[in-house]
Amino acid sequence: MAIEKIFKDDATEEKGERARMSSFVGAIAITDLVKTTLGPKGMDKILQSTGRGHGVTVTNDGATILKSLHIDNPAAKVLIDISKVQDDEVGDGTTSVVVLAGELLREAEKLVASKIHPMTIISGYRMAAECARNALLQRVVDNKENAEKFKSDLMKIAKTTLSSKILSQDKEHFAQLAVEAVMRLKGSTNLEAIQIIKKPGGSLKDSFLDEGFILDKKIGLGQPKRIENAKILVANTAMDTDKVKIYGARVRVDSMSKVAEIEGAEKEKMREKVQKIIAHGINCFVNRQLIYNFPEELFADAGILAIEHADFDGIERLALVTGGEIASTFDNPESVKIGHCKLIEEIMIGEDKLIHFSGVEMGQACTIVLRGASHHVLDEAERSLHDALCVLSQTVNDTRVLLGGGWPEMVMAKEVDELARKTPGKKSHAIEAFSRALVAIPTIIADNAGLDSADLVAQLRAAHHTEGCNAGIDVISGSVGDMAELGISESFKVKQAVLLSATEAAEMILRVDEIITCAPRQREDRM
Amino acid sequence: MALAFDEYGRPFIILKEQDQKTRLRGIDAQKANISAGKAVARILRTSLGPKGMDKILQSPDGDVTITNDGATILEQMDVDNQIAKLMVELSRSQDYEIGDGTTGVVVMAGALLEQAERLLERGIHPIRIAEGYEMASRIAVEHLEHISQKFDFGTTNIEPLVQTCMTTLSSKIVNRCKRHLAEISVKAVLSVADLERKDVNLDMIKVEGKVGGKLEDTELIYGITVDKDMSHPQMPKQIEDAKIAILTCPFEPPKPKTKHKVDIDTVEKFQTLRLQEQKYFDDMVQKCKDVGATLVICQWGFDDEANHLLMHRNLPAVRWVGGVELELIAIATGGRIVPRFQELTPEKLGRAGLVREKSFGTTKDKMLYIEHCANSRAVTIFIRGGNKMMIEETKRSIHDALCVARNLIRNNSIVYGGGSAEISCSIAVEAAADKYPGVEQYAIRAFADALDSVPMALAENSGLQPIETLSAVKSQQIKENNPHNGIDCNDVGTNDMRQQDVFETLIGKQQQILLATQVVKMILKIDDVISPSDY
Repeated sequence: MAIEKIFKDDATEEKGERARMSSFVGAIAITDLVKTTLGPKGMDKILQSTGRGHGVTVTNDGATILKSLHIDNPAAKVLIDISKVQDDEVGDGTTSVVVLAGELLREAEKLVASKIHPMTIISGYRMAAECARNALLQRVVDNKENAEKFKSDLMKIAKTTLSSKILSQDKEHFAQLAVEAVMRLKGSTNLEAIQIIKKPGGSLKDSFLDEGFILDKKIGLGQPKRIENAKILVANTAMDTDKVKIYGARVRVDSMSKVAEIEGAEKEKMREKVQKIIAHGINCFVNRQLIYNFPEELFADAGILAIEHADFDGIERLALVTGGEIASTFDNPESVKIGHCKLIEEIMIGEDKLIHFSGVEMGQACTIVLRGASHHVLDEAERSLHDALCVLSQTVNDTRVLLGGGWPEMVMAKEVDELARKTPGKKSHAIEAFSRALVAIPTIIADNAGLDSADLVAQLRAAHHTEGCNAGIDVISGSVGDMAELGISESFKVKQAVLLSATEAAEMILRVDEIITCAPRQREDRM
Repeated sequence: MALAFDEYGRPFIILKEQDQKTRLRGIDAQKANISAGKAVARILRTSLGPKGMDKILQSPDGDVTITNDGATILEQMDVDNQIAKLMVELSRSQDYEIGDGTTGVVVMAGALLEQAERLLERGIHPIRIAEGYEMASRIAVEHLEHISQKFDFGTTNIEPLVQTCMTTLSSKIVNRCKRHLAEISVKAVLSVADLERKDVNLDMIKVEGKVGGKLEDTELIYGITVDKDMSHPQMPKQIEDAKIAILTCPFEPPKPKTKHKVDIDTVEKFQTLRLQEQKYFDDMVQKCKDVGATLVICQWGFDDEANHLLMHRNLPAVRWVGGVELELIAIATGGRIVPRFQELTPEKLGRAGLVREKSFGTTKDKMLYIEHCANSRAVTIFIRGGNKMMIEETKRSIHDALCVARNLIRNNSIVYGGGSAEISCSIAVEAAADKYPGVEQYAIRAFADALDSVPMALAENSGLQPIETLSAVKSQQIKENNPHNGIDCNDVGTNDMRQQDVFETLIGKQQQILLATQVVKMILKIDDVISPSDY
């Protein structure tokens, strides 16, 4: 009697070697895909969406690339997931983490082929990862005490991060922007307070950091275009027709005159509301919701600048920077906190008019205005800047810093190699493999830069055998250079996250010996 | 399908649309069923033990689950065969009852079926096999009782509990920090356990996960976490000695259930209505303030105006909190859930030492921690991990560990793991077999062989020579008369599970044997499978 089918319809099952093979192949394919974007000379990818308009994105941000891919291979999905998490947690290193995990799997594949049990490989990898982390911990530099030095550390990190992105041409400029913006946050990681406004036109060099706050809105007609010593009321309230909120209420009238009366009452109500708002002694009113013409006119009459329909984030930020509170009722003017700023004026960036709040009370927030030739450039610039800001804000909290340019990988590889020599048993093969996977990263960086990677990495390895060496790959001159002198730094937190998540992901994929795929749910074809 | 004919040659129609149904009967049916059951067991076999492998399961929507938890694998496998479904049920009932050993029970059932197939080929009647199995399982369960040990633990001495949880966790991906997680699980269970009644309400332990950080950052919070933030961005992020009003009514004007209309036809009415509305909002907030609440947790949303009024009166609030969480908060803080503002009284407020908002990573993820509650019996295990799948798998592993700890509190008997209990039972059953006259003797022997298959799978998965290792351990057990010898999966160097500190709960093991026997009996008794043909 033949075994009957146990699975439903089209469910498929892959076992043992085949399952492992399919996950290795999937993971390595993903790695090869993003590999070329690694490092300062990494290339970009064009992503075209299948949605309407076939929107195009040009990027070299690992997380962005992977996010947009439609992948069917389960192991590949694991890698995409770790890259996303890396993005959420530390913001940078999204490509490195995938490449490292992929290289670990590539090495593991060889070991499995030479009949080493995956569990042995896993325990070897774990030991190696722990050892690598300790090696990094020993070599970190912490300049928390010295503010001057710390700032230069931040500058270096920002420059290193930006150098692999589209902004690398003006990295000095943007690093300055990013560091200043993050320093203003004073240790908070709330990047919400940094607003990025993109305006096409001009060149990337024209981008600037504004200490105040810029709201992408126009000032109502007939209202003052410039207010000094502004008192700002930030509100979230209906300024169209104020609905009666009691459920089931409706207006029922029997004659035209009654309609007019009710209308009058409504108008009166609105006028009262406006009066109450004006009674706060303000000269600028920012509302999240719409402001109809009638109240707007009233505000104009009172010489108050009324800004309508500021989006929710804008409101929150504005409240944050001006020190006011978001108000929805206006009966107690004395206890509502009103925001202050020195000057509100309308400014022009390119062709657009924006409202500029300067001299704000709380120095925390700021705005970065990005200029660039096209939307694609701006989008990519924003992503790059976001990465830099994330890394910086994380570094402010965890001030430990490492050198960059493949230096940390070489340091780890050396320590791990030493561990392999000391470890008896089959695990040592796995530990050795781990060190090879680590070395793969500087190799790829060199390859991407069109350098002779074999030669460079060998030189690097030799250089690292002297104690306290700072050698890394200097992509610009194409040789081994002193990373401390070149000022290439990376955040310890990022490196640690890369190391740990990559090992975790590799481990997870290695443990699998069977893949059961259910039949995909039938969907109607949307094309 | 064979049709019966009457004397005129007309077929009798017994089943509706008889010719469209497939039917298997007699020995064929039994064999088909057994092979289906075995196929399921074979899938799980490689997941057993500390060196067991994981499976990737891809759902119809393309979501990926990576796990080695037997119940989870079977549940997501999308099984079609009826007998295979029985096996899925089997693993599920072990999960509900005990929470751990879901893989083992299926492997055991598979082995029993395999043995039964051989006996069937020899022409032994299925019912006799079933009866033999039944007797054997009784012997095995009694023997387990015999070799089990009781151990003592108290709130101060949690070490034995931690060790047992570690045994459970060692087969999962989280075994890297099993010690840490085992301690968390045990502490969590102990803090909600009622040691007098020997009962643990696992509902009081909430397991939450957030992607990011590392596994080592997983922590036990004596309180509740809620995946929400304060309703107004400018409300205080930290409240000490909070008095919490737990509301299930929205901060909005009431919506009476009966149909009604409020007609406005004059200006006066319009104005009174407006005033009333304002007063209504004011009243709501005032009532909360009057009873002395310093934090409002609400199941529903707030109107913008109410939100601002709350902010204005310095009354922080949280909105859109789910029903389950609301209940947990109520239990933890000792408060009462209040459905109407009118019913708010100071006694109904919950108390917590500290309520704080915590943000994670670079995205705007915020969570609310409610700690140092009046009634600290509700706890939360907060898991961090590299990716979503990791967190999900950790959740499942922690669930298993929690169940094991709970079982131990209910019944503090343990048996030793690593296959030692199975081997010992197998020896006992084998020895007892000779005492039974009749055909059942064969079935009992077969049962003993089936028991061997669990340690065999363990050895196989650990990369040892299965037959060699098993026979060595078995002879050692008999020679030393020591039921604690098992398979040395982790290559520690000793076979004595007492030295390795590998424990399992007695009830878990007993349940495994009983459930597996029951299901196998049920499968053996089937001699006719009628299924509608595919259309």
